[in-house]
Amino acid sequence: MAVINLAQQLQSLFPGVISPPAEFRSELTLVVSDAQRIAEVCAQARDALKFDYLVDISSVDRYGDDPRFTVVYELYSHTHHEYLRLKTDVSEEKSELPSVAGLWSGANWHEREIFDMMGIRFTGHPDLRRIMMWEGYPHHPLRKDFPVAGKPTDLPEVAFSEPAPIEGGPFITATGAADAGQREPRAHESAAE
Amino acid sequence: MKARLNNRPQPTSAMPTVQEHQFADAARSQSAQNPATSEPLGEKMVLNMGPSHPATHGVLRIILELDGEEILKATPDIGYLHRGDEKIAENMTYTQFIPYTDRLDYLAPLANNVAYALAVEKLLGIDKKLTGRCQYIRVICCEMARISSHLLGLGTYAMDCGAMTVFLHTFTEREKIYNLCESLTGARFTTSYTRIGGLTRDLPAGWTDQLRRFLEEVVDVVEDVDKMLTRNRIFVDRTRNVGVITRAEAVDYGLTGPNLRASGVDHDLRKSNPYLCYPELSFDVPTGTAGDCYERYLVRMEELRQSVRILHQCLDQLPGGPINVADNKIILPPKEKVLTRMEELIHQFMLVTEGVNAPPGEIYFGAENPKGELGFYICSKGGGTPFRLKIRSPSFVAISILQHLLPGHMISDVTAILGSLDFVMGECDR
Repeated sequence: MAVINLAQQLQSLFPGVISPPAEFRSELTLVVSDAQRIAEVCAQARDALKFDYLVDISSVDRYGDDPRFTVVYELYSHTHHEYLRLKTDVSEEKSELPSVAGLWSGANWHEREIFDMMGIRFTGHPDLRRIMMWEGYPHHPLRKDFPVAGKPTDLPEVAFSEPAPIEGGPFITATGAADAGQREPRAHESAAE
Repeated sequence: MKARLNNRPQPTSAMPTVQEHQFADAARSQSAQNPATSEPLGEKMVLNMGPSHPATHGVLRIILELDGEEILKATPDIGYLHRGDEKIAENMTYTQFIPYTDRLDYLAPLANNVAYALAVEKLLGIDKKLTGRCQYIRVICCEMARISSHLLGLGTYAMDCGAMTVFLHTFTEREKIYNLCESLTGARFTTSYTRIGGLTRDLPAGWTDQLRRFLEEVVDVVEDVDKMLTRNRIFVDRTRNVGVITRAEAVDYGLTGPNLRASGVDHDLRKSNPYLCYPELSFDVPTGTAGDCYERYLVRMEELRQSVRILHQCLDQLPGGPINVADNKIILPPKEKVLTRMEELIHQFMLVTEGVNAPPGEIYFGAENPKGELGFYICSKGGGTPFRLKIRSPSFVAISILQHLLPGHMISDVTAILGSLDFVMGECDR
């Protein structure tokens, strides 16, 4: 069965909650308008439509927009050999949505990573701890308001307690800026010396 | 000596104590507060395996709770190699991120380059317009990377189970692959071979003959390894019925690659969602039934043979023609034209300063890499930099099953299970 039919079936199971499927580069995306129902939608996608395999959960920080965060579920079906993407928006005040770790054990670590990197909490998650950063680290590094050089922490004399010296760090390029100095800050710094 | 000791800075009340530093770490504070382990006469013991342990294949740390030799609880602790690749990607153009993909699965950099380039090309809508020669060379890269990664995986796996010889044989072969990589890309490890829309350079003269010679040699080594391990009593005893992942568990945890196929799921992205010129090539996808450590070994062995088969076909069918798409808004124009012609100069300037102009939108592309499905989710708001780039790493997923898989096994089974899952921490921690 074509993936578009499956997406429409899923949409008809949740009238008013799921947007019509949007296609881009022959991939289908369904937007779930109520983040609190994402686990229900995922359960239906898994059981009724045989999207049995959770490929990945990503998160996007649209800093400045409201709602701020988007959580993206990438599903795959071993029956139909098709991908399907579910998206849902989460506001910064709430920063919370139901966990799908009960549906797929693999979601456990993906959700921990999003909690660690973006600061979005998952209700009903069995073990919501930081995963990449250490316990007690105060920031969420993948948020857009976190600078790539890092932020100081209060812990003295442990690694990464100060911003990284950017000279040897990643070569940052801000495309679309007016001149070369703004586009590549390091070029600007060396010109000033 | 005495004077030096006295010169040490005296601890002040403002400085945190050693214990405070230690217990900033949740896993350690947990084990200290656990009544089973904090009680001196308790039966259970907490063993800290890693982060620098040769059998953890990198900087993986596993906190094992033991009753004698039996594992009661395993808590993997990752992040020791976290470099923030996804954050870095948001701050540079698509092309500038290619060298960072070398450092994901650093045992198969060529395959990562190809997977990333294909993801960006899908976003640009040019993934179906790649030249035939480019597609074949990219498949050659992927399969060479698979051979290289599996040879290392098997060598270290056998060594974890006590067989040193296999490691020496497979590493000799990997050295030849690195030589091939060096003459192809100029680098042995950090290849950065692909570009958005093509490749950095064509195959050097005589390279295909070198590859053919290598393929003939590597088949013998695969057969040697087969003779050394497949019916080896010690190896079989240490791996059969150890670390059994059922089909349902494998799907539940989202395993991919050889680990999934050993559990009996016939899923290979090269077949089910084909990319590049894989539909034109004939190869088999080996699957297991039991999903134990031994079958994961068997699946990798067969994949090595299939990769050799694919490479022979690629070399026979390799088309001529250009390696890059004929679009100067995507691929850099030739230097002599940049220096003599106005339009090419502008294209070069725009590509270097702004990057390729990607449309707004979001895509996910997953490629069948040696370790499993390496996926890139790219969210673009238009322009030359990704707004968000998420890397779906197969090793991350493979390690997440450890806390479920290890309990109930003996401590010496841990090395066999870790070796059989064949993960790499550079990709797991990103």
